[in-house]
Amino acid sequence: MTRLILLRTILGTILGAACLFAQNAAPAGNAQNGRKLFENYGCYQCHGREAQGGIGTGPRLGPKPLPYAAIQKYIRQPTGQMPPYTAKVVNDKDLADIYAFLQSVATPPPVKNIPLLNN
Amino acid sequence: MSASKKPPVGRRGFLKGAAGAAALVTTAATSATPAAAQEAQAPRNASAPVATQEKDPAGSVEVLTADRPGSDFMVDVIKALGFEIIFANPGSSFRGLHESVINYGGNKKPEFLTCCHEESSVAMAHGYAKIEGKPACVLAHGTVGLQHASMAIYNAYVDRAPVFMVIGNTLDAATRRPGVEWAHSVQDAASLVRDFTKFDDCPLSLQHFAESSVRAYKIAMTPPTMPVLLVADGDVQETPMGAEKPRIPKMTWAAPPQGDTGAVAETARLLVNAENPAIIADRCARTPAGLQHLIELADVLQCAVINQYGRMNFPSRHPLNQTERAGAVIRGADVILGLEMWDFWGTVNNFKDQLHRTSRPISKDGAKMIAISATDLNTRSNYQDFQRFPDLDISMAADSEATLPALIEACKKLITADRKRVFEERGKKLGEAAKDAHDKMLVDASYAWDASPISTARLAMELYGQIKGKDWSLVSNNPWPQRLWNFDKHYQYIGGAGGAGVGYGSPAAVGAAVANKKYGRLSVNIQNDGDLMYAPGVLWTEAHHKIPLLTVMHNNRAYHQEVMHLQRMANRHQRDITTAEVGTTLKNPNIDYGALARSMGVHGEGPITDPKDLGPAIARAMEIVAKGEPALVDVVTQPR
Repeated sequence: MTRLILLRTILGTILGAACLFAQNAAPAGNAQNGRKLFENYGCYQCHGREAQGGIGTGPRLGPKPLPYAAIQKYIRQPTGQMPPYTAKVVNDKDLADIYAFLQSVATPPPVKNIPLLNN
Repeated sequence: MSASKKPPVGRRGFLKGAAGAAALVTTAATSATPAAAQEAQAPRNASAPVATQEKDPAGSVEVLTADRPGSDFMVDVIKALGFEIIFANPGSSFRGLHESVINYGGNKKPEFLTCCHEESSVAMAHGYAKIEGKPACVLAHGTVGLQHASMAIYNAYVDRAPVFMVIGNTLDAATRRPGVEWAHSVQDAASLVRDFTKFDDCPLSLQHFAESSVRAYKIAMTPPTMPVLLVADGDVQETPMGAEKPRIPKMTWAAPPQGDTGAVAETARLLVNAENPAIIADRCARTPAGLQHLIELADVLQCAVINQYGRMNFPSRHPLNQTERAGAVIRGADVILGLEMWDFWGTVNNFKDQLHRTSRPISKDGAKMIAISATDLNTRSNYQDFQRFPDLDISMAADSEATLPALIEACKKLITADRKRVFEERGKKLGEAAKDAHDKMLVDASYAWDASPISTARLAMELYGQIKGKDWSLVSNNPWPQRLWNFDKHYQYIGGAGGAGVGYGSPAAVGAAVANKKYGRLSVNIQNDGDLMYAPGVLWTEAHHKIPLLTVMHNNRAYHQEVMHLQRMANRHQRDITTAEVGTTLKNPNIDYGALARSMGVHGEGPITDPKDLGPAIARAMEIVAKGEPALVDVVTQPR
């Protein structure tokens, strides 16, 4: 009986971790297509064409975006000013491509290496 | 049908004839008898029968000239008020006044600046007032001109900017020329804009014009400063004046309204006793003194200041400037002092633009709210620019700038040594927070640094890199300069449109540049593309009048705010979300702003899409501006 409980506990832990991983891990996506969708679906309007963010419109999204699950949850049911992007208008595959684009955004050079930002 | 041999003599001709006939029998020193002068000055709606008024005096020679039209005296009044500039598009309803400005007045103080649209004329005067702190004069048709001008007047009204309008109109139907002049005549010309002007009048004599002009100027300059309007009747302009000049009244400025002594004392008590007071300034600094007063109050209290950029209220790099941390400061503040805030409620509440509109306070529960605003002295009903009604603990219907000295003194009297130590510690922490925020802004600016279209942060810093050693003035309203440039002088920033009416930006920049010109300042304008397309004729005005102005286009090829609004609607309705650019963008064909500028005699370059090309293009444009001429660099940019 004890072994059974232990087994169940181990299995539960493994399943739970797997689910958590599934939620946070991004599905494979096509970054090139994601860039096009980022434009076509209007994400660029608030977040900039390079996802750099806009003053007073939307935060920077890449590189190093928030976990996929968090972004997916937020765009489906935003709690702030962002308009909702339901699955009817952006399906999960397209979202995965957009997420791949956000991951692919280049990191800028350090501020100290940009003379105009050291005035 | 044969043409009548009898010369057409209307009332105007009759009056000239009467005056001329009188002149024939008097000395040269008095060109008209007092009686004739009185008749010449008589109101047009005199009760004489129409048939008598239009009768041609038998045997008289029609007098076709006049030496002293009423419009000359109007110029005397305009000069007495100290106007330097008249911004105007020509119009027959004020042809007399126009001619008098040029020939009688010598076209100096004021100088007539030719504008290509009345909306531009008023917006130029709006921009001029922001720099100069006093109104320019605008002439326009009382009908079609004022209709064009109305949006710009509304902007100035909401922005609390003084503008002095004089519009032409002919009230007496018997003296109007048939045809167009009827279409350009109106019973109550000012009614079109009465909802958003502070004062108007329709003088029917020169004495009346003089008194109403001085009154209007005084009212425009008394906080809340706003546009005013006078109708210059066509007959009053063109009828010869009498032997004696009407009197121009003495101008005595109204002292700006200060806050009630008790309210000031209670405000000082709350501020001094607060742990985390915050000052939020919007249209506070009317003059350079306003900037200095706010610096002094902040230094005395060592408290956070948030600049909402209605004016150049506070130095951008002052350690107490917490604008970048506005949300955190408001959430933590136990006393909030709002100075000429346009939207107090919207500042301390979060409002969601979703299907179901909801809001929640973001300020701390129990925080004391204090407002000082001259707008409370002149609130109108129809146009709703007064915003949601805020919950306030103290409200002073007063001018903030005028009230600050008393508030500063009241605070100083209450500060004990213990409080001073607390303040110093608070100021130190705020200074550290400001530095952290500035470092974060620089990191933000580095993203998309090499992107094409060019990032707006890159645009701002390429420009700043070349002007920072000069005596510059930013004559436009753009967020990145406010974050990254070092603003510490009153004239370095002019705020926004006020009423958010598009088409303000480019002419306001020109007006501000006109004001800056005599001080030798370098005026720079980061110009939105959609705004310029409302009235691109401003470029011609720049070239024609040799106004040194460096314009760098923020060309995102869209009315971008509207792109976002359309996107929101499509998302909300779960329909095609790829159509937001239909009807909201300026593409296909792309507009070549460099060519547009060149077509009007302005140095024009671009479109520039590679960020590496931007600096050299700005340098070339600055060489042109240094010679006293305008230049434009077209830059294809990121949306925001």
